Amino acid sequence: MAEVILKPIGNFDLTVEAEAITPDNFAGKTAVEIGEILIWQAPAQAKLSEFFSVEGNGGSSAEDTTITIDGDVPRVKRIGQEMTAGKIIIKGSTGMHVGNTMAGGEIIVEGNAESWPGMEMKGGLLHIKGDTLDHVGCAYRGSWHGMTGGRIVIDGNAKNQVGGGISGGEIIIGGNVDNFCGIRMNGGLIVVKGNAVRTTAAEMTGGVMVVGGRIEKFSPGFEMEAVECDLKFDDIECAGEFMKFTGDYAIPQKGKGTLYVSYENNECL
Amino acid sequence: MAGTIAIKNGYVYDPLNEVDGEVMDIFIKNGKVVTELSAAEMKDAKEIDAKGKTVMPGGVDSHSHVAGAKVNTGRMMRPEDHYKYYQKKTPIAHSGCGYTVPSVYLGGYEYSKMGYTTVFEAAVPPMEARHTHEEMRSIPMLDMAGYLVLGNNWFLMRYLKEGDIDKAAAYVSWMMKTHKTYGIKCVNPAGVENWGWGENVSALDEANIHFEVTPEDIIKGLAEINEQLGIPMPMHLHANNLGHPGCWEITRDSLKIPKSIKAKPNTDVEWAETKMKAQRHQSVYLTHCQFNAFGGTSWRDFESGVKGITDYVNSNDHVVMDSGCVPFGDATVMTGDGPAIHDLYQLTGNKWSNTDVECECGSGVLPFTYLKSNPIHSVQWAMGLETLLYVKDAWKSIMTTDSPNGGPFTKYPQIIAWLMSNKARQDTFEECHKWASDRSGLASETREMSLSEIAIVTRANAARTTGLAHSKGTLAVGADGDVAVYDIDAKKIDVNDYESIIRGFQNASYTIKGGEVITQDGEILAIPEKNTFYSDIAIKADSEKEMLKDVKSWFKYYTIGFNNYPTPDKYLANPTPIKVNAER
Ligand SMILES: [Zn+2]
Repeated sequence: MAEVILKPIGNFDLTVEAEAITPDNFAGKTAVEIGEILIWQAPAQAKLSEFFSVEGNGGSSAEDTTITIDGDVPRVKRIGQEMTAGKIIIKGSTGMHVGNTMAGGEIIVEGNAESWPGMEMKGGLLHIKGDTLDHVGCAYRGSWHGMTGGRIVIDGNAKNQVGGGISGGEIIIGGNVDNFCGIRMNGGLIVVKGNAVRTTAAEMTGGVMVVGGRIEKFSPGFEMEAVECDLKFDDIECAGEFMKFTGDYAIPQKGKGTLYVSYENNECL
Repeated sequence: MAGTIAIKNGYVYDPLNEVDGEVMDIFIKNGKVVTELSAAEMKDAKEIDAKGKTVMPGGVDSHSHVAGAKVNTGRMMRPEDHYKYYQKKTPIAHSGCGYTVPSVYLGGYEYSKMGYTTVFEAAVPPMEARHTHEEMRSIPMLDMAGYLVLGNNWFLMRYLKEGDIDKAAAYVSWMMKTHKTYGIKCVNPAGVENWGWGENVSALDEANIHFEVTPEDIIKGLAEINEQLGIPMPMHLHANNLGHPGCWEITRDSLKIPKSIKAKPNTDVEWAETKMKAQRHQSVYLTHCQFNAFGGTSWRDFESGVKGITDYVNSNDHVVMDSGCVPFGDATVMTGDGPAIHDLYQLTGNKWSNTDVECECGSGVLPFTYLKSNPIHSVQWAMGLETLLYVKDAWKSIMTTDSPNGGPFTKYPQIIAWLMSNKARQDTFEECHKWASDRSGLASETREMSLSEIAIVTRANAARTTGLAHSKGTLAVGADGDVAVYDIDAKKIDVNDYESIIRGFQNASYTIKGGEVITQDGEILAIPEKNTFYSDIAIKADSEKEMLKDVKSWFKYYTIGFNNYPTPDKYLANPTPIKVNAER
């Protein structure tokens, strides 16, 4: 497996659009050729080598290429966009839209990520070890079609609209979420180990959501069906007692999604 | 010399002038078609070699939603429609984006690339006329005009209830001038007013709330007023119950209402020397027939009801209609029919918007995707093509998608391919839901339109129907020098190779406007001057005075002042009044 190491050296005062940083794009290129790739910074295009030192050549294919970003790149956006194979390791934090519409391969972010990680993702694994902000695996603004496949794991917290419009794949949030988690969800799985604020699973018409912590304001359109213990979805396990709801019945489509809520953390329900 | 050009040796299709694919030269001098250019003029003229290519008058779209409040609502609602579909700026062209609801600049360029040179905005609510004109002014490449939405107007409904046709006519003529609009649009007559109370109307003789007028009263009244005033185009009708299974019947019955009204367009214009009579003879122009032709009684027994309408159209000569084809894929449904949008929201759960335009009309917008896997959508695809193929005389029909309701106008080349090629249709049957063949008659229809028929349904008849055939939709001497040259060899064309038809109509080899080449092979070469047409209808001074007294006293129901109501000339690009003479 060939490894390309990018070390941030440039001026990132204006954010950089780095959708060119993918194993697909680096495969078959030498370190020099990779440095020649053009990327946008605000209205101007510049060579990748103006922002990063490049060490190592790409592999023969995307699958055979690992990209390591050796540092913090919070103002670099779209890393791994549309990637189909291979691996990207970001040793620090990263900017918005990491792993946008990715279809395969693996991205590991050791720090935090800004909003929109894994937007409309189709496949592969996106693992963020720190926190992130809004729109994890969500549909683009205005669109109601979010993530369709793959897996996103956030070890820390996320904020609003996690998995908006998700129809396939899994999102696992180790910490807490804010509002509109799983809005218009129609398939797939969202597991939130911590707490949620409000409008959780609002307008859901399919799929499964699990909240292990407390939901501050429960959505009104759900009906309780049963109590279940120790949930298991393939390799994802959720220990404890859960109330099982279906919904969201507050919309004309009378959706049939499933929402599991921790019994011990939501006794008031 | 500006606007002077010779287009040589193309296969010319000019149905209004009875030219059917003959190899001819077309000469344009100072923006107008002429018989020939002198040797001296030829020296300065631009010359285009159209050998092996198809030459038609510039395309005319007589029903498209491209400008105004509802289109803009569609843009604002749909960022997802924009970010993947965009065009960069060039030294002369603006950047733009939007697939089903393009930004104003992009919309103009995309029409022009397909060889279209004239487009009518299908629905201008009076209060939104200013906004509509502001957008039309910014749409490049196209001559334009807009239809004024009058089918649920409080003042008109009051006059019609009182039976005061003269005052109603005075009001319409004043409104056309005031809002710089071109023709009468009638959307779900009496029903949109009821929608303000959460109701609709479902029968032609059902009186609406408060005003107590029926759809029949309004259709009859507006059609009469239209001909009394001599408006260039027939009353333009979007019938009641649109989008409901079984609605084809009320549509057919609506078409019967103006049967005895004689068309009397009375415009004071210079007529190009066409061989055919270029004036309309119809008293009603039905829009987007497909949406008004649903059969069955529910979504379960849904089927095409097109034949019920086309049978009527084939045996009567007072009706012309456009198709409202559904080419599959993304669309944005937008209409003055607010309740129809609410029905669609309940069906789909999609995001939606609804507006009540005070004292005048309403509207709604909803994003929609037509899927080949969906049984209803597949039938709608077949129905759109049925509306064109079942009408025996192409002069009774016009090809549209009711853009962007059935799909964006950029899909026109695909629709032309389906009309010209049975193989194209059969191949689509293979891909779409079997209801398309089970619930419509299209699968056994073998008609394949000729290039001449395509020229009729995409320009000649749109121009004749709208009353602009004195200068548009033909290449007769005296017509505007608007020409489309397509890379289609009329003598070698193989309709089984329908992809080549799509390619040919997608990017015209040349689009010529007023004798100037403005696009070539999909590239924008020049931004021409554009005209905005409206009907300037003469009316007796005292009937106008009497009517205005009423309008001023009723104006208290508006939230804006009377003086701020009219659209000033400066909102129009080259305001071009069409003189309409009510005296005879
Ligand atoms: Zn329309």
